[in-house]
This record gives sequence, structure tokens and C-alpha cells, in this order.
Amino acid sequence: MSDIPSDLKYTKSHEWVRPLPSNQVEIGITDHAQAALGDLVFVDVPELGRRLKAGEACAVVESVKAASDIYSPVDGTVVASNSALASSPELVNQAPYAGGWLIRIQVDAGAAAPSLLDAADYARLLADEAH
Amino acid sequence: MPYIPHTPDDVAEMLAVIGAQRIEDLFEEIPSVLKTASLSQVPPALSEMEIGRLMAERAACDGRPLSFLGAGAYEHHIPAPVWAIATRGEFYSAYTPYQAEASQGTLQLIYEYQSMMCALTAMEVSNASLYDGASALAESCLMAVRANRATNSRRVLVPRSVNPTYLQVAQAIAGNQNIRFETVEFDRERGNTLVDALRRYDGSDVTALVVQQPNFFGVLEDVDELADWARANKALLIGVVNPTSLGILKPPGQWGRLVDGKHGADIVCGEGQPLGVPLSSGGPYFGFMTTRMQYVRQMPGRIVGRTLDTEGRPGFTLTLQAREQHIRRAKANSNICTNQGLTVTAATIYMSLLGAQGLARVADMSAARTQDLVAALTAIPGVRQTFSGQRFHEAVLTLDRPVAPVLAALAERGIFGGVDLSERFPELGHAMLVCATETKTEADIGGYASALGELLRLPLTARGAA
Repeated sequence: MSDIPSDLKYTKSHEWVRPLPSNQVEIGITDHAQAALGDLVFVDVPELGRRLKAGEACAVVESVKAASDIYSPVDGTVVASNSALASSPELVNQAPYAGGWLIRIQVDAGAAAPSLLDAADYARLLADEAH
Repeated sequence: MPYIPHTPDDVAEMLAVIGAQRIEDLFEEIPSVLKTASLSQVPPALSEMEIGRLMAERAACDGRPLSFLGAGAYEHHIPAPVWAIATRGEFYSAYTPYQAEASQGTLQLIYEYQSMMCALTAMEVSNASLYDGASALAESCLMAVRANRATNSRRVLVPRSVNPTYLQVAQAIAGNQNIRFETVEFDRERGNTLVDALRRYDGSDVTALVVQQPNFFGVLEDVDELADWARANKALLIGVVNPTSLGILKPPGQWGRLVDGKHGADIVCGEGQPLGVPLSSGGPYFGFMTTRMQYVRQMPGRIVGRTLDTEGRPGFTLTLQAREQHIRRAKANSNICTNQGLTVTAATIYMSLLGAQGLARVADMSAARTQDLVAALTAIPGVRQTFSGQRFHEAVLTLDRPVAPVLAALAERGIFGGVDLSERFPELGHAMLVCATETKTEADIGGYASALGELLRLPLTARGAA
């Protein structure tokens, strides 16, 4: 059973979103996503200052068997990326909601609120996908 | 690996399993407007006997010319064992097998090839090869755009002293992907690219600089200065090199000054044909590509790695496949990421047989032969050397009359005298590019010189100076 913390928001493409102060968000991939990908060998994060549109591919996580795009859930600007992942991509497998975070985004002022799932909705999504 | 064709029974059985009636059903999702209704331009099949005769007739058209052509493909001596070994049944395939790890011998050969290319170019990692030198440059430019995070311009500077065909191919492959190729003029006196010509880009956003060594004219570039310029301007440096020349020239991994323990080109590519692959009317050849470990995930194509199996025994495996097209589809690093198995096999055997000393001898002898050729030809009134820059094994010569009719008259005498540059480089006047490798003897060079001397003694008007 995969771990779905109740204090986070989720996307249908298996990213999690953590609201931070000053209208920033932190994003990563869910426990379910890391388990499906298997052992990660490389994480490609965007450069700081890059402008993102909601739904835009902004990072790539690569395991020995697949490489998957990570989509930005919001319009905004990349303000931080997890530099530890360059040498330790396995952090995403070990702690997807903590040490395995990918990037922080400064959400554009006045951007429309993104439509995100809460933990219960995301759990239902996983249950549906399993069937 | 045996070649086992499918029998009609096999095909019927496979179709039955997936519930399809005909093979055409498998292509149903392709819109009919995209399908071609007939292949009317393809002639009907010929029998083996007919094909054999046709090919023998075509081959006879080649004759046995004495060739002084270079410009990207070079006639070198190929020791007999190279193709005797490369055509053994175990090696004789253009492809990496689909179940790659079942063919450990093929993988080991590619691994050895990669190791040799890294040693030759002084770079950290090599892929298993690409189609040819020109497409390797196109892939290098695309790779530079992915790898250089310090820039956004997608601007690649290409000196005009880079093989113009390579630039044309790079534009065809990468031009529709928003890459801006900008050309840089060469020095008319020396025939190479001066850092002064790059000054107008100082401090501006440049994704990559391409440097060909030796350049298209056979002249040596000041690679150290150009490398330092690229580093200072945060542009990645793409080195295009002739592998034979690396027997004696400084490898691209060592170009430029050490800054923070780092120097050299970021991506190196080139044409592998000089390493044991015959000219054979232009192909198949192979392209090579090496880079720094830090950019390995941006490199197209496959890489063979050495590893240990579950019982601790060494073995070889395809690695970094996750970015190839069979997994990433449209988002793959490249969609021409195959390798050229057979010609790479020949090159690996060629390099093994020659070793570093042998390759250096080939390079030295070729440079010396070209020196002799230039001396013999420029002794003829009406022929002069175009550039003063130091060269490897090619040179540009200027004639006192249009080049094309002279080359045609030489060809009638069985001599391919050079490559006419007047269309590509009209500013050079009646210019042609000549090359002599270790395959040319003193008598060959003497024969060419006397034929050219005779032709140029004719008055300018007599031989179609039009």
C-alpha cells in the first residue's frame, strides 16, 4: 500500500505538491510513482529561473527501465532544485516526500488556482488505476 | 547470428495470436493520406544472376583511378586481416542484436571500440557510433543545446573552414529544431579561423562553437586559442576531428588552457572511415562521438558498459538505453541513434592492428606525401598554394584557369586530381582541394604533376576556359 500523506496535494500524473509560505510550492513524485519506476539512476531538474507553465514538462526522472517527464502543476518560476539528487537519485526512492523533493516554484501572482487532488481523491485515483 | 526469415505459416500463426487478418491491419492507425498507394518507381525484382551482372557492370565504370581526393573521405591502406576478420560470420552484421546481452562478443567489440575512441580523443566516454561524420556533427549540435544550461540562444557558431557538407547536413537534421547556425569567416591568408573573427560574439549568448581540426582546407586551426575563447564565453566546444590525424596531433580532450582542472573540447565527433573502411563510393561509413562524463546522459545513441553478472563474472551490457527511442519515443535524445556495427568492427580491428605507433606512422607518412604533392604541383607555372597556414594531409591549390575542365581532362587520363572548390568558395577563385595519403608513391605524385603540367602548358583559351 503506498504512502499518501494527507497534508499534500496531488496531480493525476503522480506529482505531489506541498504549499510553502510566500506563494511557493515544492514538488516531487509520489511513493506510488517511485515504486512503479523502480530504482532511479538519474534525475534531471530544470535550471533556476526557468519559467514554467502549468502542465509543462519540467524535469525527467530516469530509472534503469524508463525515463518519465515531471509536469509542473502551476505557472511560475523555478527558485530551487534539490542538488543532492545529482549524486543520490535514490533519495527519491527512499524518501519521496522528504529528501527526494525535486524543485520549488514561485507561483505567478494572480495565476489561476491549479486543480489538484487531495489525499483521498489521489488514493481513489490509484485504486481506479489498479483495476 | 543466423538470419531466419518468417515462413507464411509463421506469419499466419502470429497474426492469429493477436487476432489480425492481414499484416496491413497492423498499420491501420496510420492515416491513409500518409500511405503510399504504390511503389511505381521501384523496378521489378531481378534474379541473383541478373543483379550480379548489373553490379559487375556498374563496378567496372569505376575503373582504377589514381585518386588525390580527400574532403572528408580518405584512401588509406587497409591491412588484409581487417576485413578477413570483420567478415567472419560472428561479426558480419550491421546491427547490434535485439537481444543484445545474448551476443557478448558483439558487445565486447563495441566496448573495446568505445575504449579506443576515448583514448584517441582523450575524452571520458564514447557511444557505440553513429551513421557518419556529418550526422555526428548534427547530433553534437543538438546535444550541445541539451547540455549547455548556461545559455538560451540555441546559437551554434560554425566556421566556414568546417566541411560545408557537414554544415548542410547539420542544418537539414537540426535546422527545424530552432537551432541557429551562424557562420564565421576564415582568414583568407592563412586558411584557418582566427579568434579575432569571434570577437563580435564576445560576452554574448553562444551555445556552442564548432572547430574542425584539421579543417576542411587541411589547415590546422589554433585549437588552444579557440578552446579558450569558447570556455571564456560559456559556449560548449564541439571538436570535429580526423581520427588518423590524432596519431600525431594533440587530442581534443587536451585543447586549451586548464581552468579549474578542466580543459579540452566538450563534445568530439568525426568521420570514422579513415580507420579501415574502404571509400566504396561514399559509404557505408560511421560517425564517432565522445564527450565528458558529465554530459553522458545528453549523448545520443547506445553505450556498451562492462559489469558483473549475479555470479560476479564480468560481462557486457547495453547501458543508458532509457533515453533511446524505443523507450522515450518522440522525446528520445535522438531518433537516429543506431550504430554502424560492421564498419565499427573493421575500425576496431584496424586500430588494434596498427596501435598508436602505427597510426602515428600513417599520419606522418600522409602529411609527408601531401608535402611532396604540394611541392611537385606548385613547381608548375600557373599553380600556387592558396593558404600559408600549417597543414596535415590536404591542401588548397589555386590554378590560373577554371578548375572543372582541368579536373575533367585529368580524369580522362585516369587521375582524380582534386575537389573543385569554386562553387562552394567562389572567393578563392580557381581553387581545388588535393590530398595524398601513405597510399601514394613518388611515381604517383610525379605522374600527376607531369599530367597537370602538360594540361596547363596549353594556352588558357584552348581548354574551355569558359
